[in-house]
Amino acid sequence: MSQEVIRSTVVPVIYLLSTILFIFGIKQLAKVKTARRGNAIAAVGMLLAIIGALLELGVVDYRWIAGGMLIGTIIGAVFAIRVQMTSMPEMVALFNGFGGIASALVATSVYWDLVVQQGPAGKVYEALGTDEAITVMLSILIGGITFTGSLIALFKLQGKLKKGAPILLPARHYITFVLLFASFAFGGIAVTAGASDSVVWVLALSAVSLTLGILLTIPIGGADMPVVVSLLNSYSGLAASMAGFVIGNPLLIIAGAMVGAAGLILTQIMCVAMNRSLLNVLVGGFGVADGASGGGGSDEYTSVTSCGPEEAAMILENAESVIIIPGYGLAVAQAQHAVRELADMLKARGTKVTYGIHPVAGRMPGHMNVLLAEADVPYEELLEMDVINSEFKNTDVVIILGANDVVNPAATKDPSSPIAGMPILNAHEARSVFVVKRSLSPGYAGIKNELFEYDNTMMIFGDAKKVVQGLIGEVKDL
Amino acid sequence: MTLGPLLIGIYVFVLAGFVGFEMITKVPPTLHTPLMSGANAISGITVVGAVAAATTGAPTVANILGALAIVTATINVVGGFLVTDRMLRMFGRKKPKALKAETAGVPTEGREAVSK
Repeated sequence: MSQEVIRSTVVPVIYLLSTILFIFGIKQLAKVKTARRGNAIAAVGMLLAIIGALLELGVVDYRWIAGGMLIGTIIGAVFAIRVQMTSMPEMVALFNGFGGIASALVATSVYWDLVVQQGPAGKVYEALGTDEAITVMLSILIGGITFTGSLIALFKLQGKLKKGAPILLPARHYITFVLLFASFAFGGIAVTAGASDSVVWVLALSAVSLTLGILLTIPIGGADMPVVVSLLNSYSGLAASMAGFVIGNPLLIIAGAMVGAAGLILTQIMCVAMNRSLLNVLVGGFGVADGASGGGGSDEYTSVTSCGPEEAAMILENAESVIIIPGYGLAVAQAQHAVRELADMLKARGTKVTYGIHPVAGRMPGHMNVLLAEADVPYEELLEMDVINSEFKNTDVVIILGANDVVNPAATKDPSSPIAGMPILNAHEARSVFVVKRSLSPGYAGIKNELFEYDNTMMIFGDAKKVVQGLIGEVKDL
Repeated sequence: MTLGPLLIGIYVFVLAGFVGFEMITKVPPTLHTPLMSGANAISGITVVGAVAAATTGAPTVANILGALAIVTATINVVGGFLVTDRMLRMFGRKKPKALKAETAGVPTEGREAVSK
């Protein structure tokens, strides 16, 4: 078969097959029973796509391709095998960043090859074609923002950068606006410039894009990370799609657009779960400006009851039903295995144990589900907010592990609260509530949690894992 | 009406976006993380463009950029699919029998997390 036939017929068919596999893969990935197979199907689609790309190239110098793939495979595999389940948000953020920068690099490489290295003396849009020239600039912009944005998100998730707190520059909205305008201007100038003049503008565009990624992410606080991580996921798809326009490959356009849409939906789900608009999250600084003055009453706690594991175990002894509400504190303390152990002991005593999962608990969509799955908690026991909220009033004991704002009754009762209207888990309706927490320090919203003062609430101060292990010891002795 | 390549591309882009929306709308929260990391792996499709950008052994700027794109996109693809599979394997193991079979391959994983 001639290379001609391979390029015009065989490769497009392979790409089409690959597209179909991606669609089936994502579809199955969205159902619990078929998810693992869906992931495998998508991976086969990717393998086919790479085979297609190599066939399309024909006989070339494969050394750099093989070397790059080998290095990438080793690094990717080491990351994927070694990462702890508690670090999954960091991992996803990092991979998003790699996807974004790869797309920007592809576009820059195409530009450099066709314009700078072998380009004619004319304008950039003549050397590349107008459409391609514009999408090169868009790829650099979106890919650059995705890359540095993801790195900042990664640092924030690791607790670096002011422990993940928002960093608010003065006049940051103006700076962002000016930079965004500058990026369009630089991109526009680069498209219409002569080949040799355009280099400086493309470099300027790259620099502005990378800066924008940083500036757009630093004002966003740690607990808003589920929104940011899903949005960056969407961007990485969009960047791939733009790269598809640059090289005229529909497979990239389709796969990128599907990932972009999926990321947007997750972003939307996260925003709804916090009762905030996407714009409100992106503007950032939540709870910083109005935290001190927001809400009714003072921030001081007056009537907090606390107890130790012994007392809690005695109440647990007589409980017929227990709901565990995990939050970010559970991830920090790596308490998921201890929690499972405690739940097993309670179940052995005939107690019904379920878990109430708030959609934005943790630092990434589905964070708690992954952690508890790692500890072999059956996913049937993890109940969504809408399902479990009617159960609380018939529940004997609720154990809150490292969650705060998502169980604050002020969200439903106090219209002046900064978190008013945010859907919460109605933990306060249970007969007894144990709040396991290091201290009375406020959660992300920066406000006090009136649940801690309720008569049916008892605080157990300490690290989530140590407290749960203490409870296990006490329950064992019953 | 004749459609140029850009317009055909935009048609494809918009329609694929709708396909993405339709497929994901009712995904259970348990799958949010695996779905995101699986979708992320798919965005590594850029590797297809990257291989075409490093086709000579010459150390030119375009080739170096292309090779870097291959490395980063491959990390995204390989790491993304593997880590998604690792997560989904955990979701699958609910019966004690399945548990033994699945953890046999990764014996120390859970223990590390406990001891730290």
